[in-house]
Amino acid sequence: MSLKAIALALTATTVLAGAVMGQDEKIRIGVSIPAATHGWAGGLNWHAGVAESRIEARNPNIDVIIVTADSPADQASDIEDLVSVQQIHALVVLPFESEPLTEPVRNAKNEGVFITVVDRGLPDPSIQDVYVAGNNTELGKISADYFKSRLGEGDNIVILRGIPTVIDTERFDAFMAGIEGTGITVLDDEFANWNRDDGFEVMQDFLSRFPDIDGVWAQDDDIALGVIEAVKQAGREDELFIVGGAGMKEIIKGIMDGDTLVPVDVLYPPAMIATAIDVTVANFTSNGPVQGSYILGAPLVTPDNAEQFYFPDSPF
Amino acid sequence: MSVSAHETTRPSRGFRIDLKTAGPLLALILLCVFGYLLNPLFLGEGNVTNLLTRSAFIGIIAVGATFVITAGGIDLSVGSMAAFIAGMMIIVMNWAVGSMGVSVWTVLLGVGCSLILGIGAGFINGFLTTKGKIEAFIVTLGTMGIYRSLITYFADGGTLSLASPARDIYRPIYYDSILRIPIPVWVFIIVAIIGWVLMNRTAFGRYCMAIGSNEHVARYSAIKVDRIRTLTYIIQGLCVSLATIIYVPRLGSASSATGVLWELEAIAAVIIGGTMLKGGFGRIGGTVIGALILTAIGNILNLTDIISNYLNGAVQGVIIVAAVYLQRGSFRAGRKNKPAE
Repeated sequence: MSLKAIALALTATTVLAGAVMGQDEKIRIGVSIPAATHGWAGGLNWHAGVAESRIEARNPNIDVIIVTADSPADQASDIEDLVSVQQIHALVVLPFESEPLTEPVRNAKNEGVFITVVDRGLPDPSIQDVYVAGNNTELGKISADYFKSRLGEGDNIVILRGIPTVIDTERFDAFMAGIEGTGITVLDDEFANWNRDDGFEVMQDFLSRFPDIDGVWAQDDDIALGVIEAVKQAGREDELFIVGGAGMKEIIKGIMDGDTLVPVDVLYPPAMIATAIDVTVANFTSNGPVQGSYILGAPLVTPDNAEQFYFPDSPF
Repeated sequence: MSVSAHETTRPSRGFRIDLKTAGPLLALILLCVFGYLLNPLFLGEGNVTNLLTRSAFIGIIAVGATFVITAGGIDLSVGSMAAFIAGMMIIVMNWAVGSMGVSVWTVLLGVGCSLILGIGAGFINGFLTTKGKIEAFIVTLGTMGIYRSLITYFADGGTLSLASPARDIYRPIYYDSILRIPIPVWVFIIVAIIGWVLMNRTAFGRYCMAIGSNEHVARYSAIKVDRIRTLTYIIQGLCVSLATIIYVPRLGSASSATGVLWELEAIAAVIIGGTMLKGGFGRIGGTVIGALILTAIGNILNLTDIISNYLNGAVQGVIIVAAVYLQRGSFRAGRKNKPAE
């Protein structure tokens, strides 16, 4: 099955390369991602760039082409250009939105391009050859496990959620399922929109409302940074701890230094784009099959392993 | 004619203004009672302090917006401008820390940089609107996009963070209090008082209202329309710069997510306060109340869990519309005697 797919991909490669056969036998891999409009996407762009220079240095016959888009429509045009102008052999795409990009990606597939979808799945999974994604449910579960290890019967926590989306709901539901039956009370949850300022303000209000808080699940590192300031302002650093998520370098650095206010983090790495590009390259360079789904874990970052997740040069 | 513009605005400061003031103030009082009933902590000292400090950003920006809107303009760029100025302040201060060590001067350098950028950005908006003769909506929509992209570019898509030695010096500007009132609230009070005097007790304020109600008449009345309009945008820029100066020490960071939708909140505060969106009449006191109402809504929603999180936006919408309705109701009563307005 996978051999067949590889054969198919190779055939497609040959057919496509036919036009420019002879002088240029480079394998071109198009990478289409959202522009760096917020922290996580900034990290995404940075890691894509790092992967590009690393892969091209090691494989002279591979050319990675990164294009960034500001909107789903923009990204659809990018994909068309990659296929028709750049004549790519493989496409790594992190869709802005799943629905509007399904057809553009399907068209690329019909042209014989090897498709790798990252993070946001398409409604029709038969289009993709490879799927690489983080695991939101796992993020909620791992966070819940940590709270269980630190707190118990009669302890109180508050939760700051992201933006009302599927991503947020998956994380939240898994967390709530995780702490069920432990006797830990969730005093309240509010949306903080994955934003520092909102995190600060929501936490200020939680602090004036609840005299006894033992833990804060901020679910995201940007929110966590706002929460930290609010807690410091209230002078209540010693009575609680904060857990974020994603793997922002400032937070990881704090964990390496043994911060007690934010003792751990749960990973949802923008570096997954590098994983996706590597798997796609392996399709052309490895003798092993690569088709399938790659769901990354959401490991707990602790002082012991923080160093391997620390990228001081990344903007995120 | 100059006298006539003067005369038409003057009666609006008679007893009828009390009716107009009553609307937003009544809404704020009702909101406070509502908040107290939901959770008595709402009127606790800590929460009131938080609330006032928080409203300072939008409030200060909205005072500037009151002038722009009164003179018949609009400024959509304030949120992006705040993010851009915050980013540039951080870059300049980090550079100063790196090249000549850290002292109070580092922070003063950042503050100076903020003031220059704010006034400059305001001047560009004003100049393009008046001399360039481009609609204010388009000019400021353009600069909104430009500043937002610039901050994203300088932050490399991530977040700019202030170096911690400078942070330690700067931090008290947001977190410290004088006479138990936090510094940002003092800044807000001072800006509001200066704004009130400027709007109600000077020729400049009357000119703004005259231009906003009828630009042609104002022009024939020998009012330097372009100069006054440009000045309103400069005041707006200055207000954004002041708001940024007290915003940066709060989190010590700026990113492309900073100040998103502040322009809408500022404009909403101005309109809730009784200033007319089409220009010609401005109320600084109302703007202050408008900013407090907007901040209080979010605060109350955080203090209670009887309303589903998913409905927060709906509650906000209802309260904003109700606040303006209260004001329009009294406006109609006053209008019978005063069709000129």
